[in-house]
Amino acid sequence: MAPHRSLIDRSTPLPGCPGVRGIEVTRDAWRRAALDLAAAGGRLLSLWADAQPASVHAAIQCDATLLVLRLSVPDVATPYPGIADIYPAAQRMQRAAADMTGIRSTDADARPWLRHAAWPVDHVPLGSTTAPARAPQTEADAYAFVRVAGDGVHEIPVGPVHAGIIEPGHFRFSVVGEKVLKLEERLGYVHKGIEQRFTQIAALDGHRLAARVSGDSAVAFSWAYCQALEGLCNSALPQRAAWLRALALEAERIANHLGDLGALGNDAGFAFGLAQFSRLKESWLRALQAALGQRYLLDYVVPGGVARDPTHDALAALVECARDTAHVAARIRTIYDEHEGVRDRFVAAGSVAPELAKQLGLVGFAGRASGQEQDLRIDMPFLPYSELQVKRALRTEGDVAARVAVRFDELAESVRLVEAIVARMPSGDHACEVGAPAAGTAIGLVEGWRGPVMIALTVGAHGAIQRCHPHDPSWQNWPVLEHAIIGNIVPDFPLINKSFNLSYSGHDL
Amino acid sequence: MWKTLHQIARVGIVSEPAPESDEALRVRSALQEQILAILGRALTVRQVDAGSCNGCELEIHALNNPVYNIEGLGIRFVASPRHADLLLVTGPVSRNMEIALKRTYDATPDPKLVVAVGDCGCTGGIFGENYASAGRVANVIPVDVAVDGCPPSPQRILAAILTAITTPRARERGR
Repeated sequence: MAPHRSLIDRSTPLPGCPGVRGIEVTRDAWRRAALDLAAAGGRLLSLWADAQPASVHAAIQCDATLLVLRLSVPDVATPYPGIADIYPAAQRMQRAAADMTGIRSTDADARPWLRHAAWPVDHVPLGSTTAPARAPQTEADAYAFVRVAGDGVHEIPVGPVHAGIIEPGHFRFSVVGEKVLKLEERLGYVHKGIEQRFTQIAALDGHRLAARVSGDSAVAFSWAYCQALEGLCNSALPQRAAWLRALALEAERIANHLGDLGALGNDAGFAFGLAQFSRLKESWLRALQAALGQRYLLDYVVPGGVARDPTHDALAALVECARDTAHVAARIRTIYDEHEGVRDRFVAAGSVAPELAKQLGLVGFAGRASGQEQDLRIDMPFLPYSELQVKRALRTEGDVAARVAVRFDELAESVRLVEAIVARMPSGDHACEVGAPAAGTAIGLVEGWRGPVMIALTVGAHGAIQRCHPHDPSWQNWPVLEHAIIGNIVPDFPLINKSFNLSYSGHDL
Repeated sequence: MWKTLHQIARVGIVSEPAPESDEALRVRSALQEQILAILGRALTVRQVDAGSCNGCELEIHALNNPVYNIEGLGIRFVASPRHADLLLVTGPVSRNMEIALKRTYDATPDPKLVVAVGDCGCTGGIFGENYASAGRVANVIPVDVAVDGCPPSPQRILAAILTAITTPRARERGR
């Protein structure tokens, strides 16, 4: 039997998303397991640590199974074996885990990641609820950027406050002339203690905080949270609630693609695209307000179901708006495709070849633009996706043009799904009562618009949240952006960056 | 080109009238009438995300769409605090952003108006104050107008900006 099969066979199912299993591994077996799963085509979805009891977890997806490896760390002073050489995306996750819990890996890069000057090195945010002993520093800290030397090389520091209406982060470009030799990102500026905050709120309120991990992915995160919580509550979600959640998730996908497709036109110097798509997006948000009660669905998915049951007429109006949106979007797509100036900016910019995407673990729609076909709605489907036959969007060019094409394809597919969901919407309750959760660990897993969103929730003895780790796909994709920009010119960075549109808040937590 | 022009003509003008300013949103009154007379409504805004979940940014973006058409009112988003009359700040202010926010405020010339946006900007919201979050914007820099909501609608954000550039007496006169 293949080694990864024997691992999966020995694991036990975890509550929450179907297809998620867990296994306790020894220090010796930890890297072996990571290697075996990688050899079988596995991809790392998340890595995190718990301070109490001290442990490290790696969630690795292999076909239709997500296997969560758990390694106990009896002695925090002894680093656990790092897996960044197997899964490069693990590197920053390991550094963040060390900042939050004090549990370090053997990986060579031991620079802090989420911890800047705000709290001292000996303060462990997830290990204590008390404030740090010392006051925060008042000067920005020094971070050891990797320096590029050579004739004519200079650095361009950008951020944390950026020039547009975007989230804060720091980009350090090393350039010769206009050409980028290296980009090094520094993130963590919007770290606001979300993981600690989870432990201070009631389990039945956690979905509200989950929705605000990254506001643009509110449905994905709140659904993943509720999926995990409901797994511990042993409550059966009404069918209608599941279908309404999928409606909300596709609505969120449509809204985000509309916004970004406009912004991408604008970044290519084609303001027409921004004007058109931002108008379409506004109409869509108003239709959502009318049907589901919110423009952005931050409080729509709730434990046991959804917050509001739309009327038959409201759903019909939403479908009508979706059809109009798809129709106009298709027309603008033709205009983008035929516009010399837009093509010139999109094609071959910010390329990520499929081999590189696979090696670095690129996920979500950006992955699907670089030949990485995984889509949880298809690979690990639950109701209603198990009945919807989602059509996979796939390109292999890996440039801005491919990411734009995949976004157009997924926009059209989400409109089709909205129509299908409304047409087949089961009758019945839109929510049910949810009892107190039992103690245990559960995993929620949802394909958000950006990629796979995961929630690892541990509820303690008295029904309180003991630990909750939210994972945004931006963790995987931020490091790939550093590669995508190599050899491009600095003025193309905003365009390339926007084509991925990664979350800072979802990453910084 | 024909398709582009055709699409522009097909959509037509979709801009809606701007909302009224709202005194209920005012935190403090710093703006002199003389300044206002010079400034009029030719206002430049620098947006600063000091730690938000990015939900408020989505609605701030909407101000630039043809429906709210903020530039049609003479209000423009600019790339540098040195070019700005007003800072539009979302929160909670993360401690990792505290220094950057203070430096941005220091770099902004007078009248240096500040509008705090969203529940988190107004109170710290669901995140509150902790080892990593300094809470509401007013904990770090002075705030003139605060608009709550999670996220507040574009109309409410626009009303807050308009409130910041209206003195109560000017508003009376305008009636």
